[in-house]
Amino acid sequence: MDRTTHAIVLIAVVAAVTLLLRALPFLIFSGKRQAPRYVVFLGEKLPFAIIGMLIVYCVRNIGFAAAADWVPTALAVAAVVVLHVWRRNTLLSIVGGTVLYMVLIQAVFV
Amino acid sequence: MPMSRGTVVKKAFIKSLPVMAAYVILGMGFGILMTDRGYGPVWSIVCSVFIFAGSMQYVTADMLAASVSPLHAAVMTLMVNARHLFYGISMIGKYRDMGPAKPYLVFGLTDETYSLLCDGDYPDGRKNARLYCLLVTLFDQCYWITGTVLGALIGAVLPFDSTGIDFSMTALFVTVFVEQWLSSKEHRAALTGIGAAALCLVVFGESDFLIPAMLLITLLLSLSYRGKGGRNG
Repeated sequence: MDRTTHAIVLIAVVAAVTLLLRALPFLIFSGKRQAPRYVVFLGEKLPFAIIGMLIVYCVRNIGFAAAADWVPTALAVAAVVVLHVWRRNTLLSIVGGTVLYMVLIQAVFV
Repeated sequence: MPMSRGTVVKKAFIKSLPVMAAYVILGMGFGILMTDRGYGPVWSIVCSVFIFAGSMQYVTADMLAASVSPLHAAVMTLMVNARHLFYGISMIGKYRDMGPAKPYLVFGLTDETYSLLCDGDYPDGRKNARLYCLLVTLFDQCYWITGTVLGALIGAVLPFDSTGIDFSMTALFVTVFVEQWLSSKEHRAALTGIGAAALCLVVFGESDFLIPAMLLITLLLSLSYRGKGGRNG
């Protein structure tokens, strides 16, 4: 697959699966049928676990050979946590952490 | 007396305001990230029009650049967006009478739109309720697309070195994680996610760990369901 075809297929797949997930409850559980308890249970628990997994996914490439490989990520993640616990402002946490990370890798750990 | 059309429009706009800033900024982050990954404004806009799912689009930018297989993308979407199933379940009753607006409302049921409409506090009258839900969803998507366009355009002519901008994705997930942690007393699922993913990363390596991690997470969470079911009979 060339790059353009790959991008079209991939975006179509992501869009289709997302729409399917959003539409499925309306297709299956309309009327009297109730969602099974197991589905409701997974729905409550999965979001917490998947976000944890996505954080690991984001930092999967870091190495530990030199301080520059992992210290900027560690500091920036810590900054996001501290900022968010402190102000609970999503935008502040994201922008603050990202700016710190960019400064660290561009100016400090070069 | 039912609200006039103008009042419904105003109510919907005011309701959607908190999402405006968030979506414009996060949308910009996505546009910049896509540009950084080598995908221009058209690709970013296509994603925001047809996918319209915040964190999943950040992941999509990464999957595009990594040339992952469509199956990988499907499984990833399934796991990342599984929560939408449950938004749907809780909106079945509220969206029952939405008529021709319903398909778009279902398509546009993002985390943020859900958070605005799940209270069921709609204007009286079927027509007004439809218009209100339709507008809140549409306004949200407009903010998201606006941010995307800005980000994609800025990303191409960024006046500063954008190296490291991809950390915004990590920051987004860490923020969501902390928010969930603070708003819940039960942290087993969150720790299961991090622990299982870290374990699979070590065992399977960085390019193959996601699917095993998703399976392990589902398995571990299901075990705790069985435990609960056993105790409760």
